[in-house]
Amino acid sequence: MIKINVDMNKCQHYGMCVFEAPKVFKLNDEDKLEYLATAEDSELGNVEAAIDVCPMQAIFIVD
Amino acid sequence: MGGLRAAEALRRFGYTGAITVIGDETWAPYNRPPLSKEVLAGEVVSHETVAFPQRSSTADVGWVLGHRVVSADLDNDTVTTDDGEVFEYSHLVVATGLRPKRQVYPNNIHSGRHIIRTLDDAMGLRDELQPGARVVVLGAGFIGCETAATARKLGCDVTVVAPGTVPMLRPLGNELAQELQRRHEAQGVKFLMKRTVSDLVGEARINAVALDDGTELPCDVLIEAIGSLPNTEWLEGNDIDIVDGLLCDENLRAKTKTGLSWPNVWGVGDVVRFPNRIFDDVPRRVEHWNIPSECAKYVGNAIATGEAGEAFRPIPSFWSDQFDVHILAFGLLALADSSRLVQGSIDGDCVFEYYRGDQLVGAAGIGLRSVVQGYRKNFES
Ligand SMILES: Cc1cc2nc3c(=O)[nH]c(=O)nc-3n(C[C@H](O)[C@H](O)[C@H](O)COP(=O)(O)OP(=O)(O)OC[C@H]3O[C@@H](n4cnc5c(N)ncnc54)[C@H](O)[C@@H]3O)c2cc1C
Ligand code: SF4
Repeated sequence: MIKINVDMNKCQHYGMCVFEAPKVFKLNDEDKLEYLATAEDSELGNVEAAIDVCPMQAIFIVD
Repeated sequence: MGGLRAAEALRRFGYTGAITVIGDETWAPYNRPPLSKEVLAGEVVSHETVAFPQRSSTADVGWVLGHRVVSADLDNDTVTTDDGEVFEYSHLVVATGLRPKRQVYPNNIHSGRHIIRTLDDAMGLRDELQPGARVVVLGAGFIGCETAATARKLGCDVTVVAPGTVPMLRPLGNELAQELQRRHEAQGVKFLMKRTVSDLVGEARINAVALDDGTELPCDVLIEAIGSLPNTEWLEGNDIDIVDGLLCDENLRAKTKTGLSWPNVWGVGDVVRFPNRIFDDVPRRVEHWNIPSECAKYVGNAIATGEAGEAFRPIPSFWSDQFDVHILAFGLLALADSSRLVQGSIDGDCVFEYYRGDQLVGAAGIGLRSVVQGYRKNFES
């Protein structure tokens, strides 16, 4: 399992991450980010891609 | 950024050869956008707050930091750094980005003048943005306007001076641009449009700027944000086109003057002029944050697999944060000759579509993220 943390002080809810890892990130009805704090190892590549495209660099994988 | 992303992509796509990244800044790769926004607004500007995370996949990359590449010999596959070291390559990735344009004035004093591209620039500027400081921002593009907003938030007295009619006109179109100006003014930022600075006033340090209408504007801190120039001088003397950035083909290979392509010289990021079939065949430089990563992915794959494959056609995207206004856009808005409001209202959250003739070339919004994100599919192949 990988553990994911988004710094909600940094996140501006742009939703770029949603396109890279839709199983982990989504924008809710109010256009706010919601995400899963843990994901299968198979999502690692997608989560890393989400980290790369996040304009605020707000996404972190916690060891 | 492009250098780091290229190294990461090479490893991701299975390239096992040696990788060396050469950069003239002493800092490990970091994220530039916060330099005009939250990082500049913070108490201290530090590398830690903007550094890109380092991946284990790139642990064996050789970093040569603090050294400038001074020349390249594309016929013999070498580049030379400022300390005389010669590096041989099998593939060269050009990702040297841009630097801010500088104006030279009759009274060309330096103290109190700033630009903003690097972490060192932001560190130097941060200490000067004290409450009450009289700040003049020259240029009303994104970086100028973001920096103006940040300086205002820090309690400075801020005036933007720029030659255009409205700030950010080219990328945003008249309506949205005017609204942004209104929102800035509501926060106390002043705009002197259709004006330029003709000289600086002061002896050791700047204390005013002289405008082209003959008036003087008091000024403790001058921030010059009048556009950028590609860092391509080190490529001079080779059979390439660097008239305005490195001209590349639709596979991001550098083109020769006769229209052929170098098989092992690639362009990544702000420095590249490339065609994008989503829009047309015209090569353009695109100064958006997602472009270096998109280029790097494409080039990394092409080098690792030995095949470029389909033409490079990234969907440009940008965002901008100014006060509590968060703009998100997809496409190349600057190509548009008209724009229209399609959702929301201009004084609140809203979405605009941008057209060149009847071709949709972009969409931008304040808020309404899901709607703006939805426009991506219009540009997918
Ligand atoms: C203040 C600021 C705010 C921004 N805000 C936004 C935003 O909100 N939204 C958005 O979409 N985009 C924004 N951008 C644009 C975005 O940051 C850039 O598009 C991106 O950084 C470009 O990456 P790059 O790798 O092409 O170039 P760079 O990040 O500039 O990297 C090029 C590197 O090469 C080095 N170099 C140059 N010449 C040589 C040489 N001869 N030898 C060795 N090294 C050399 C440079 O010093 C630099 O470190 C902003 C840019 C700035 C400066
Ligand atoms: S990409 Fe980054 S800023 Fe945007 S919603 Fe995801 S975490 Fe937030």
